[in-house]
Amino acid sequence: MNLQMATRHALFAVLELASRPDEQLSALDIADRYDISANHLAKVLRVLGRAGIVEAVRGVGGGYRFVGKAKRLSLMDIVSLFEPIGSPDHSTAPGARTPQGQALRLVMTEIEDTARSTLSSITVETMLKLAGRMDAP
Amino acid sequence: MTDGHLTDLLIEEALISDLDEVQRLDALVTAHPKPDHWRLLIEGSRTSPESRFFLVARRGDRLLGLIAGEIRVWEFGSPPCGWIYTVAVDPDARETAVGTRLFQAICARFRRQGASTVRTMVGRNEHLVLSFFRSQGMMAGPFVELEMEIRP
Repeated sequence: MNLQMATRHALFAVLELASRPDEQLSALDIADRYDISANHLAKVLRVLGRAGIVEAVRGVGGGYRFVGKAKRLSLMDIVSLFEPIGSPDHSTAPGARTPQGQALRLVMTEIEDTARSTLSSITVETMLKLAGRMDAP
Repeated sequence: MTDGHLTDLLIEEALISDLDEVQRLDALVTAHPKPDHWRLLIEGSRTSPESRFFLVARRGDRLLGLIAGEIRVWEFGSPPCGWIYTVAVDPDARETAVGTRLFQAICARFRRQGASTVRTMVGRNEHLVLSFFRSQGMMAGPFVELEMEIRP
């Protein structure tokens, strides 16, 4: 399963800001750290801001800070702001009503349910612990 | 309480006399009373203390949490492994590390009996329980649970 670029940017931004809750970071700070486009990230941060996950701090030294609850905010909460998990309704797609189409739908639903469950049960705090166990480059 | 953690919490083996408190706790988190199930689990942990475990988090005369599990050997070809099959924390005591202390205590017992892996099984939609186990560092393992209906 691949995540869209905006979703990956959002996850990186939230994890970076949540790991430094007392600091404000600019889009450029975060973009540099993950080698991603600052322009694209700025748009993503605005979406996260509207969702109440980060807050823009204006003025000199301004930037963004994490205002969510790391212990409660799940990856699914973030991912679902940018892309649906689970394919759209394929019941009208060609072949969907055939036995083979229905069987394929059953298999895809199993995969999607697992993905949704995984993303819903991993919080930002758990991700930060997980990242802490990984080797730095 | 220190940093939201209860300092006067005792984690220890359950007693048969804890049955009423265990049922009270169960009623707070599930809708299915099952006194015989709990009694058998506690009795099993008393008669086979090296392989079956039922721990409670006690604060005064109240139980704030419980965890139960056992060591299973060569099940599905797996070397000795600790299985957790139930965990519950009083909703009023959540986010005070009761569950974490219970989890750490049962893992310590599993480890002492030679297990180097701990496993559990949780409903896909039980996000609260799944989140708890993941917060302890658990990830999806090498087995996949499969099932089917076998109605006559």
